[in-house]
Amino acid sequence: MLIKETDFGTPKSESKAMVTLEIDGHSITVPEGTSIMRAAMELGTKIPKLCATDSLNSFGSCRLCLVEIEGRKGTPASCTTPVAPGIKVKTQSDRLGNLRRGVMELYISDHPLDCLTCAANGDCELQDMAGAVGLRDVRYGYEGDNHISAKRAGGEENFRFKAKDDSNPYFTFDPAKCIVCSRCVRACEEVQGTFALTIDGRGFASHVSAGMDEGFMASECESCGACVQACPTATLTEKSVIAKGQPEHSVVTTCAYCGVGCSFKAEMKGDEVIRMVPYKDGGANEGHSCVKGRFAWGYATHKDRITKPMIRTRITDPWKEVSWDEAITYAAEGFKAIQKKYGRTSIGGITSSRCTNEEVYVVQKMIRAAFGNNNTDTCARVCHSPTGYGLSKTFGTSAGTQDFKSVAKSDVIMVIGANPTDGHPVFASRMKKRLRAGAKLIVVDPRRTDSVRSPHIEASYHLPLRPGTNVAVINAMAHVILTEGLEKKDFIAERCDPVEFKRWMDFIREERNSPEALETETGVNPEDVRAAARLFATGGNGAIYYGLGVTEHSQGSTMVMGIANLAMLTGNIGREGVGVNPLRGQNNVQGSCDMGSFPHELPGYRHVSDNAVRDMFNKVWNVEVDSEPGLRIPNMFSAAVEGTFKGMYVQGEDIAQSDPNTHHVEAALSNLDMLVVQDLFLNETAAFAHVFLPGTSFLEKDGTFTNAERRINRVRQVKAPMQGKHEWQVVCDLAKAMGYDMSYNNAAEIMDEIALLTPTFAGVSFKKLEEMGSLQWPCNDKAPNGTPMMHMNGFVRGLGRFMITEYVPTPERANRDFPLILTTGRILSQYNVGAQTRRTENSQWHAEDVLEIHPHDAELRGIKDGSMVSLTSRIGGTGLRAVISERMPQGVVYTTFHHPVSGANVVTTENSDWATNCPEYKVTAVQVRPSNQPSEWQKDWEVREDENKRIAAE
Amino acid sequence: METSDIVRMANQIAAFFKSYGPEEGTKEIAAHINNFWEPRMRQHFFSYLAQGGKSLDPMILASVPLIRKAADHNAHQGALPKHGEES
Repeated sequence: MLIKETDFGTPKSESKAMVTLEIDGHSITVPEGTSIMRAAMELGTKIPKLCATDSLNSFGSCRLCLVEIEGRKGTPASCTTPVAPGIKVKTQSDRLGNLRRGVMELYISDHPLDCLTCAANGDCELQDMAGAVGLRDVRYGYEGDNHISAKRAGGEENFRFKAKDDSNPYFTFDPAKCIVCSRCVRACEEVQGTFALTIDGRGFASHVSAGMDEGFMASECESCGACVQACPTATLTEKSVIAKGQPEHSVVTTCAYCGVGCSFKAEMKGDEVIRMVPYKDGGANEGHSCVKGRFAWGYATHKDRITKPMIRTRITDPWKEVSWDEAITYAAEGFKAIQKKYGRTSIGGITSSRCTNEEVYVVQKMIRAAFGNNNTDTCARVCHSPTGYGLSKTFGTSAGTQDFKSVAKSDVIMVIGANPTDGHPVFASRMKKRLRAGAKLIVVDPRRTDSVRSPHIEASYHLPLRPGTNVAVINAMAHVILTEGLEKKDFIAERCDPVEFKRWMDFIREERNSPEALETETGVNPEDVRAAARLFATGGNGAIYYGLGVTEHSQGSTMVMGIANLAMLTGNIGREGVGVNPLRGQNNVQGSCDMGSFPHELPGYRHVSDNAVRDMFNKVWNVEVDSEPGLRIPNMFSAAVEGTFKGMYVQGEDIAQSDPNTHHVEAALSNLDMLVVQDLFLNETAAFAHVFLPGTSFLEKDGTFTNAERRINRVRQVKAPMQGKHEWQVVCDLAKAMGYDMSYNNAAEIMDEIALLTPTFAGVSFKKLEEMGSLQWPCNDKAPNGTPMMHMNGFVRGLGRFMITEYVPTPERANRDFPLILTTGRILSQYNVGAQTRRTENSQWHAEDVLEIHPHDAELRGIKDGSMVSLTSRIGGTGLRAVISERMPQGVVYTTFHHPVSGANVVTTENSDWATNCPEYKVTAVQVRPSNQPSEWQKDWEVREDENKRIAAE
Repeated sequence: METSDIVRMANQIAAFFKSYGPEEGTKEIAAHINNFWEPRMRQHFFSYLAQGGKSLDPMILASVPLIRKAADHNAHQGALPKHGEES
């Protein structure tokens, strides 16, 4: 069955005051401010409508939803007329029927009558309304002025006609079918906040225009799909629907891209996905989406997908396709032989943040129970591990404090080292909506990102700090607040540890932490720091959102603590609209951390040295869990290079591309005797592997993802695994072949074991998720329906702890040889290493990684826009195309790492966060020079791309 | 494991906990290393120390007595014995 959410026509009113009225003789009570249309729908009465939909504010343009109100003149539009106490509304009468038919007749007189061959046939609101109002005739004929045909009745060109725009790879825009209801324009404004669409012209000449009437691809359109979803006709239609027809059933599941974790309806025909439509009842996205989740799912059936297990003896041999049994036995024998020769701790594995909680849980269990050590880690090591450390030190738990919805109640939003419009677009849309309604914005980022200034958004303060000086800036802000007496004394006295606060206060008040004293380090105007600090402390609800620009530094953990300090200092914890919110990179980064992927922690963030905790696991798992912490990812590489770590299992991660200092990573991987890769594609890491176990795409998975809000969402199986097995089954088979019995009948059983062993998950089960839609952990006896907001009445650790955050400059400084600082990030259309998005049409927006450089730095080096340059650090060099950009400050260059050949990580260094070893991706001293040839590494890469990825013919 | 990495990492930890004074700071440093450093990393640390450890921060040196040794951690061959079999 196709899931259809009810459309109430206009948004829900948040008012607490209730109003009772009568509609068609039935009494109904609704919140004040509700439209008559919505009140009627709540009674089950569907008033005809075209321009109204409940994701958009009412507009009142189509005049189809007219009603009669006793004692009032005329026939008001029910979408724009709010309810009033005691009014009596009639939604149907002869007069209303005639009016509606008249309106429809006019609409249809300028609309083609090709319903049978139209892509929206069966999913067209215009068609439905023609039926609903009883339209039987169009008396005006089709010979007159119209937008439908290219030629007029007399044979001359119809200047009003515009051809179909199919420039966007995913949807078409057919102006001939447009009824100019403005839903697309309003969706682009109100929901997405891009303002790419407008209604151009007046009267009969009005039409939807993308950008300056230049077509969708050439315009500012970001292809989020909100307009396509809002369109009531075939005007905006997915190309997949045009090609294949209307879907017949749908399954609600969770997007496999960023940490926002949007809910989608996978709309299907048989086992073929026709389209992904954002789900209105999804807690994270509430019906919105971005270009990745909405459209970039074609990789799941891409021809590069490997669906047969493969093995080889040497990494230069061609791959040989084998049976599952043979591959698993080969891997297990390899691992056992290594352990025999090099010892128990000579093997380990990496769990994936793109896999479900259940899949991740079984991998860490396999490592702890079957490998017999704690050498498990996850890609959170290289992104948000400092968040875990910093927040648990200060608040007592390793997670963000709010749900995404909370931003609608914020008054001052501070975005630090994050680029939500690219990295977390659906959250960015929520944030921009709030900013347009008047909230203030502070951006702390070296680059002038889109958040700093874009249509109808402008940051009150942009603090363009030098990369690596986050801690200095956050300390300076706290210094200003304390020395000017702007701190929330009541909150601190009631909620925080007084001894720690006193100690921290003495430190932060020192003159050396003032914005003036730190200016030489940060490069930020002290007056701006002072003004931003004052605004954050006194502007009402203050919320901090941060990303990898905070964590991926040598002081990443210190900065997270600095952020937590600032939130406590200003009392911005424990209610709606405030909080400390890490924007997680991958869809299940939160989950993979929760599931015990870290080498020092069992599921639920409990240290392996805790005897009571270990005992619990020992009993259920029937093994003796090692009490010593295992190796973290960078330590695994170091140990592999020195020869004490010889075997590795990698689940759905491309460490050869995503981890820093590629030469070092490649040396480590080349030194392994057994590398097992479980993935969809032969990725960069697989070039060094001995066993390839084909994985499943999110469409084939059954399980759960946990997003940045701690929201556990169901990932429902939409189609059967293409390689015939669930990933957790493969992991269980490997564990068994290693001599440890591990088996489950289904993913729900794995979740039951997680709930049994993890206090914060005690109340979670597939059954409960089915009932509730989603659950935010902690979910247990104390919070049976989960916890949307944390630290409401006290911190998890009891009293909040202010931590001393001394600014320690990174050793990675610009110098004569490497005078520029490279910082890395991502862009909207591509995702992480690009394994998924590069295999979709999203590459039309970003076909290659480029190096952004300030005009002055470029001119100094004779670099022209679009010319090839070499990028070198003390570690290595690569070559890519330069783009001159004033978004960059002087002295800083920027690139992304979405394409393997760019080799962005060939130049990044071994430096890492002091507490967690999270790599310092964001600060690398580099030199940039004009160049006309690829680097040595890129030449090697080309060879390996051919050599190491060959598959032997049958 | 590169000695330079071990030294860098140890000194970075010291730089953070220095603010907590010699007594609390050394405890925190040792706890951090015990909690997050795999035994072979600690072994490398101790062997560097045995050679004089001259690039190590004095705070690190002061916390050495609290850092756990785990010399025979890798001694077991193959997986650990089943729960209950080891007394």
